[in-house]
Amino acid sequence: MTAAALAKPGLSPIPRTQLWWEAVERGELLIQRCASCGSYQFYPRVLCTRCWSEDLGWVQAIGSGRIWTFTVVRMPGHAAWAPDVPYVIALIELDEGPRMMSRVVDSDPREVRVGQRVRVNFRRLSPSESELPVFVVDAADGP
Amino acid sequence: MNLRGQAAIVGVAELPPQRVTPGYTTLEMIARVSRLALIDAGLEVGTIDGLMVGPQVGETPQHVPATIAEYLGLQPRFADIVDLGGATGAGMAWRAAAAILSGMATTVLCVLGNTRDPQIVPRSPNRNPIREFDVPFGASGANQAYAMVAQAHMHEFGTTSEQLAHVPFRQRENALRNPAAVFHGKPITVDDVLASPLVMEPLHLLEVVMPCGGGAAFIVTSADRASGHRPPIHLLGAGERVTHRALSQAPNLTTSPMAGAISAAYATARVTPGELDLLSIYDCYSIVVAITLEDAGICPKGEGGAWVADNDFSPNARLPINPHGGQLGMGQSDLAGGMGHIVEAVRQLRGEASDRQVPSAELALVTGNGATLSEEVALILGSSR
Repeated sequence: MTAAALAKPGLSPIPRTQLWWEAVERGELLIQRCASCGSYQFYPRVLCTRCWSEDLGWVQAIGSGRIWTFTVVRMPGHAAWAPDVPYVIALIELDEGPRMMSRVVDSDPREVRVGQRVRVNFRRLSPSESELPVFVVDAADGP
Repeated sequence: MNLRGQAAIVGVAELPPQRVTPGYTTLEMIARVSRLALIDAGLEVGTIDGLMVGPQVGETPQHVPATIAEYLGLQPRFADIVDLGGATGAGMAWRAAAAILSGMATTVLCVLGNTRDPQIVPRSPNRNPIREFDVPFGASGANQAYAMVAQAHMHEFGTTSEQLAHVPFRQRENALRNPAAVFHGKPITVDDVLASPLVMEPLHLLEVVMPCGGGAAFIVTSADRASGHRPPIHLLGAGERVTHRALSQAPNLTTSPMAGAISAAYATARVTPGELDLLSIYDCYSIVVAITLEDAGICPKGEGGAWVADNDFSPNARLPINPHGGQLGMGQSDLAGGMGHIVEAVRQLRGEASDRQVPSAELALVTGNGATLSEEVALILGSSR
């Protein structure tokens, strides 16, 4: 089987996160906010990791943040991504605090740096793939 | 209750890591290495009344301790799984001591083993947060996570690839003294490491452990019973921290939970870093050694890169590190690779490490690291109580 024919691992929502993935399809990045202690969190959970309250609500993230760390993938962990290399995966620290895995797109991988300001965008990484929240480096913080 | 000096390791064994293990099952690997540990301890099989094993052994997803006990002909009073990734072996050591102290068992066999067939890539059917929120972005496997840790360390402290390349170089030099190492007889240079392919920037192929099949085992008993034909090696201190699974949820990228685990181990043992004769520290990737040295107080935070570039790791060094070659030099037999750091420390503290013996080694720090600096265990082992 050639790498191109290998299917990429798709989405695997659970009942609680269905709504989050539907929001991504609409171009919205949701995070959870605890009504009890006010802290934000991602990924979505059934309780607040800070105070264990179950009184959680969804809010739309501002959508801006910074690159906490990243790597340029040359040899992917799964052969299905071989056609994509080199690509940038990054841990994004949202301005609300929570961190998430994502892609940095539209930048030359050689120009990506820890600490760069980024903004969320919504893309299908290839036509057959689902919409994902990815990040673009702010023009003011580019190379 | 303080664990200090209450239990001792009286037997150790290891199967040399192999790139492939044709004809063997996991149960067979476990049985072979268990037998060798029992012989090393000079004990009768009937004395083993406790058993600790790893998770999902081979094709046995459930009832793992019972399956292994039955295969070995043991009927333990206490049997359990430890599931701490690369820290599993170290995690077993202080659990065994605690079980003995509390009367659950008197003599505990701790064993890990695996087979390897490159044609079979183990893929677990995960439906967990990493599968849902990391994998769709093309982020899968350990390499990407450790590359991100190295990237953060470089950004924060100016650590360089050339500095980190000294870790596999120095460990390979140590492996040249160890006939059991998969890289025995295969020297490399710092330039070789830097010239090896980039896997995930800034990680080069030679900064990553080589997956192997193999096994390791040790036997723990109470310090009072520990009078076999080999010198008992005492558990003087231990500490553990478990903070996250997905790297996005890590409290910090460049200070690991190892820091808390090691300081707890120091406190229990009442030792300071300057008193250590030997480090047998987990080394799945070059960056892990640099961060562990910082978190162990061997050098200040941020100076791990400079430290590994400037300091010898050999048995005659001021502070020898992984004289067996570490997992970067030995090859990584899955969870048993981490247990190998205990086996090596015990051999060194007994004075039985032949060509790679560290002179007058009496006190060692052993670490285990699981997932991505996520589940961490530190042990202080000593040749006297």
